[in-house]
Amino acid sequence: MPVEMRKDLFADERDDNLNEVGKPTQRQDMVGHVTGRSPFYDDHLFDGLCHIRCVRSPHHNARIRRIDTSAAEKMPGVLRVVTGADVPGNLNTLLSLRDFGLDDEPLLHTEHCNYRGAPVVAIIADTERQAREACAAVRVDYEVLPHVLDVEEAIAPRAPVVNPPYPDNLFVYHGKYNHQKLRFGDVEAGFAEADHVIEKRYQMSPIEQAPMETCGAIAAPETNNRFVCYTSTQGLFFSLGTAAKLLDVSSARLHFIGGTVGGGFGGKVDSLHEPLAILGTMLTGRPVKYQFDRAEEMQVGAPRGAERWYIKTGTMADGRIVAMQLKGYFDAGATTRLSSYAIVKCVGHLPGPYTIPHVYADVYCVYTNRTPATAMRGFGITGVDYSVESHLDVVAHELGLNPIEFRIMNAYRDGDMKAHRRVAKNCALIECCQVAAEKAGVKLAPHLQEMASMTGGGEGARGQIPNYTALDEHGRVEGFARQSYGGGDKATPMDEFIRPMPAPQPARPVEPARAPVPQPQPAATPVPSGATPRQPEPSLEPAGAPPPASPPDERRRSPRRFSSVSGMRRR
Amino acid sequence: MARKKPIQFVHNGSDKAVFVDEGENLLDVLRRGVGDLTPKYGCGQGTCGACTVIIDGAPRLACLTLAETIEGQSVETVAGLAGGQLSPVQEAFMAHFAAQCGYCTSGMLMSATALLRDNPRPTRDEVVEAISGNLCRCTGYEAIIAAVMTASGQQAA
Repeated sequence: MPVEMRKDLFADERDDNLNEVGKPTQRQDMVGHVTGRSPFYDDHLFDGLCHIRCVRSPHHNARIRRIDTSAAEKMPGVLRVVTGADVPGNLNTLLSLRDFGLDDEPLLHTEHCNYRGAPVVAIIADTERQAREACAAVRVDYEVLPHVLDVEEAIAPRAPVVNPPYPDNLFVYHGKYNHQKLRFGDVEAGFAEADHVIEKRYQMSPIEQAPMETCGAIAAPETNNRFVCYTSTQGLFFSLGTAAKLLDVSSARLHFIGGTVGGGFGGKVDSLHEPLAILGTMLTGRPVKYQFDRAEEMQVGAPRGAERWYIKTGTMADGRIVAMQLKGYFDAGATTRLSSYAIVKCVGHLPGPYTIPHVYADVYCVYTNRTPATAMRGFGITGVDYSVESHLDVVAHELGLNPIEFRIMNAYRDGDMKAHRRVAKNCALIECCQVAAEKAGVKLAPHLQEMASMTGGGEGARGQIPNYTALDEHGRVEGFARQSYGGGDKATPMDEFIRPMPAPQPARPVEPARAPVPQPQPAATPVPSGATPRQPEPSLEPAGAPPPASPPDERRRSPRRFSSVSGMRRR
Repeated sequence: MARKKPIQFVHNGSDKAVFVDEGENLLDVLRRGVGDLTPKYGCGQGTCGACTVIIDGAPRLACLTLAETIEGQSVETVAGLAGGQLSPVQEAFMAHFAAQCGYCTSGMLMSATALLRDNPRPTRDEVVEAISGNLCRCTGYEAIIAAVMTASGQQAA
């Protein structure tokens, strides 16, 4: 297919002496694909391969009273019936590898199933059919509990508790906030000066990645007490670490082989298959395959989560957006997986690629009794972009403006201060809109046709953090960290921020202590203004809310628990 | 011990004899019995086309074909498509970037090959119809359609 390169744009910013960009280059795996020889995980044959099938909860929310596997154990071909008691460390959260959030998901559920399809028992049998037949013979006695499938119902008073580590059905950030917060300027002042204030609600559905190859893994015994695992994972080392944690073995004993993924789109990072396949091999000594069938892929495979957005904009008659307020609810489903991180990414992205003087956002990671959500192609961004752009179309329509012109008017430019307090650079929205208008046959007003991302950005207030940002303590959670974040019963006020010293591990040398890193400072100093009250310091919340002072020697010994929103500081 | 049934068939031009379980599907027999890993499992219920093979000249879904029913028949897979060199359809798939993850590609190639043997100069609509049982999640199909048109010696557009 022909690729159109608009080399006229940003010509002096680019070295045009490129030898790969701008011309087709054959994929290195293409010959393998067209000859059917690309090695997907399932394309490895093992003598004596056995199969795992899972007994899954048919209820959205239920307590497990009793599991009776006695009949299944006697079925032909059954090698082993596995329950949560067989999993050495049967509780995890994916981002615990980055020390972010509480363990909230068992590999096999033992007491409580919080979504339909939650795995309760895994059966290893000689053939897949025998494993299926044995699954049908397992009796699980459930006490069905009320469930909640809507994000706003889930956070209403007296809603059923979906995910017990988070009893309010909200992920808790930094051990103290039940949402991610963005405050930039004063939206109320913006709405007061605006000519038009428009508020709308937007709802996205969950979207299944639906890869052609369903998720799966094959594990087999290797020499020297190691295990090999062929997997469809998109995150090989992520899955390796997750399996090592759940199985409580050194990752040095796990030999992961991946690489050729039959479509992932983000949906193959959840590391559900590798630990169970390896555990099956540990328990039986046989090569074991655990593969979603198509029905499981669609029902249990984690989708892009649904999002609900309320967006309110204040716009001047000439089309300038002066204020945007967003309230977002991400439907994480029953467990956290990666939704907490998606929201961090989302809030850093708000209010989209526009320069707006007053921005306000509260974004919640809500638990419901739906299938846990995970990564998919730009997750955290896609849903809110759909909502923001839909909203801008609505506003443009109601104001009688051309939607492309409306976007050019409000587009950010190089040098503008973004709402999360970083200066915009390498902007290209204006040029994209101009090309889109040209392709669509839309004639732009001459001054908009002449506008450019590289001129006029950062001028005056555009380049500054507002002198005044309206703050609040709304959403602060009291007492949560003490109970839960790694502190246990020896908690002290410091435990919110200080990770306990890890137990000595002979296999792994203790990392050298790191000195605390200074908090980030805004790039630009606010310019005093008579019109708005001056604050001593611009708010960095939530990106850099400084922790209470702790004794320096204590800090030097222990790494900080959360040094930035994602738990990792850019160094 | 479960009773096995012997079957004999022609696999990419070579005689094959295997024992199959009652009710075992052709996909499992090809992959695990014969060791031909080119047909893929995508759904096991005849909706995705990743397991498409050519049986006695016609494209068929291996996952829905009972292995014992192919006695004496000819089964062709991607493993038999390239002789000393790639077939024109394979060449065209490469030239048009008609594969991304590659998982649907085996089935697509077999559907396209069966079409072009039957109808060497298909219209675009006939190409679309021929691959309508093959799902692809990556490409958006246009590159695949263009590849099949090119393989038939026609303009891709």
